[in-house]
Amino acid sequence: MPPLDLLPLAASESNLLAAREQMAFTLGFHIVLSCIGVALPATMLVANYLGLKKGDAHALELAKRWSKAMAVTFAVGAVTGTVLSFEFGLLWPQFEHRFGSVFGIAFAIEGIFFFVEAIFLAVYIYGWKRLKPWAHFWSGVPMVITGIGGAFSVVAANAWMNQPQGFTLNAAGEVVDVEPLKVLFNPATGYETAHMILAAYMVVGFLVASIYAVGMLKGRRDRLHRLGLVIPLTIACLATPVQLFVGDTAAREIAEDQPAKFAAMECIYETGPDQTEYLGGICTEDGVKGAIGIPGLDSFLVGWSTDTEVIGLNHIPDDEEPPAHTLLHLSFDAMVGIGSALMGLALWFGFVWWRRRDIPQTPWFLRAVSISGGAAIVALWCGWIVTEVGRQPWIVNGYMRTSEAVTEAGGIWFAFGLVLLLYAGLGTGAILVLRGMSRRWREQGAENVQSPYAPQAEEAS
Amino acid sequence: MSKADAAAAILWVGATFYALFGGADFGGGFWDLIAGWDERGQRPRETIQRSLTPVWEANHVWLIFVLVVLWTAFPPAFSAIFSTLYVPIALAALGIVLRGAGFAFRKSLVGLRQRRAMGATFAISSLLTPFFMGTVVGAIAAGNVPAEGNGDAFSSWIQPLPLLIGAMFVATGAYLAAVFLVGDTRRAGDEEMERYFERRALGAAVVAGAFAAAGLFALHSEARYVFDRLTAEGLPLVVLSLLCGAALLLVLLRGGRRLLRPLAAGAVIAVIWGWGVAQFPYLLPTSLRIDQAAAPDPTMTIIFIVFAAAAVVVLPSLALLYTLAQRDLLESEH
Repeated sequence: MPPLDLLPLAASESNLLAAREQMAFTLGFHIVLSCIGVALPATMLVANYLGLKKGDAHALELAKRWSKAMAVTFAVGAVTGTVLSFEFGLLWPQFEHRFGSVFGIAFAIEGIFFFVEAIFLAVYIYGWKRLKPWAHFWSGVPMVITGIGGAFSVVAANAWMNQPQGFTLNAAGEVVDVEPLKVLFNPATGYETAHMILAAYMVVGFLVASIYAVGMLKGRRDRLHRLGLVIPLTIACLATPVQLFVGDTAAREIAEDQPAKFAAMECIYETGPDQTEYLGGICTEDGVKGAIGIPGLDSFLVGWSTDTEVIGLNHIPDDEEPPAHTLLHLSFDAMVGIGSALMGLALWFGFVWWRRRDIPQTPWFLRAVSISGGAAIVALWCGWIVTEVGRQPWIVNGYMRTSEAVTEAGGIWFAFGLVLLLYAGLGTGAILVLRGMSRRWREQGAENVQSPYAPQAEEAS
Repeated sequence: MSKADAAAAILWVGATFYALFGGADFGGGFWDLIAGWDERGQRPRETIQRSLTPVWEANHVWLIFVLVVLWTAFPPAFSAIFSTLYVPIALAALGIVLRGAGFAFRKSLVGLRQRRAMGATFAISSLLTPFFMGTVVGAIAAGNVPAEGNGDAFSSWIQPLPLLIGAMFVATGAYLAAVFLVGDTRRAGDEEMERYFERRALGAAVVAGAFAAAGLFALHSEARYVFDRLTAEGLPLVVLSLLCGAALLLVLLRGGRRLLRPLAAGAVIAVIWGWGVAQFPYLLPTSLRIDQAAAPDPTMTIIFIVFAAAAVVVLPSLALLYTLAQRDLLESEH
């Protein structure tokens, strides 16, 4: 590592904190919208398909409403995504300078997916009235593929930051050769991309279902609400068990590939076998306080035996140790805890549906569904905190420190304040607009729902 | 042509598309802004919205394309530009956020006051973004971005040339938008709006031309390298742009319609490529050459593959979108 930390410490430290906070905030905001962009198309196409196959006007109406909502979230997501690509230059110019030619590969590919998604989204949302029904349905299908492809590319870029490979540096630390396939398919790509795409389907499924659950709790128990709950909830409940398996695999891979991150998120201070699995608690140098400890379980989960040795933070050089152990630990626990609770919800729903072809007839089920969307988003954020804070102090694991990447520009705190204000307005605006749409739909009433397709178009099909 | 030169050409192609389609989008916002508050402004606003709604998102993606190609194929140029011109770049980004949000929200709001507030946000930010992007381009052309980055945050772009180019960007966008809208209104048989945007297309053409002429003087004093090459190797393109502009004025005055869009696009494309020729072989005149900033070859290969994929997948999809929009198969309201 060439010593690049030549800046006066105070200024760069202050910029570093502001830049990290801004990046975390804008990413956290954007990621919810990108989940919607990745997984809502499939959800609305399922409704669209059912509607067309069975001549079900309610299902078609749901698909149409979701597409109108997506027009808003996609527009906001497009601008918050643009902000992120500006931030790579505005906040981390040295990162792009040194690794842009490697890191950018996945983003260049993502650009194509995003482009195609934007185009077909426009055709789909503005094509309801005048396109033929099945042509309209098929115009939505590219969005499902591009959503998954785009998520894969972006997360592969992030996976590369965790497990960098596929490049050659010269003595000056400049990238002189690149192997694009190794960059794209680095050791972390498989589990990170699968984990994120499933997370998107869970977030969207539970989120949309939770909106209809709230409506049903308020007494709107019409068929539209029932269908609006069952379709997305089914998708989310199918994704959840797969997610638990993928997440479990990911944790084991991280234990092997990124021991510092794993040690911090599990509060392991001393290397050795027979590691206790701590649930909750506060991580201190003298051990974990206030946690429920299950002796040997951590070692068992990592290697299927309590004899498995797990690396502790005592084996990580002080200046390479992730910060905020308690935050990492609690985030990880919250993510796993929420995931397990959602699994319970999925089993409940699945069992009752299997026996009775109906949703559980207790308000407690609707209450559980109504908080599942928010819970899934919290789990998503927690997962990203573990991934990103757990990689610190590195921006490119083992190769470049985040402090070397940050800008020297002035006014970063000021910019961050402005971004907070701007995004507060953006978030409020989006929520108000979506609520306004929902109110108008409610006033229209579920009984008066007609096929969104124009009559002549339906005859033509 | 080296791989690096080819990648630079791809960057320029992306920038050209963004200037044409994104520029026309911003121009639409400009006409929206000055259309007047009361009923007077209602018809032109509706016309603008009908034309923009289905396509503005896709138009915007060209910017992402340009950014990603720049940082992937020419990382040092990207970081030098962003670490120097972060003030206008951040202001352009602010405009993009406000504009996207304002446009998206306005369509979905019913209350007149809310719609007005959102519409105003949309329109004013339509001015911010092209202006500050123009200052970025002007600052680069003037050689105010040092290759090692971290140039002066203010004096790098608060200069006559960058500011003039910023104004020229606004005027050019307005000109493109007005010409496109003349085409749309003629197709729709809306004679009143046709004449409305004809007048504005003429006005914008004159203003954009004036800024361009003033810009030439500023180029002479502030960006000598670019000026010298623009008036030598780049001269045919400058002449082509002038011819397109003049021909367009004639067509407009005679009420023709067929050649409007190609001529307007031609005038803008010729200027952008003229600028490219004038900067060659520099990305940052005269401190960073294309070959000095170039990423390793395998990365360039990926850029070529992505570009080929864009040509095979994105362009036909875009063509489909524009065709559907032009045949009125897409609604403008939802």
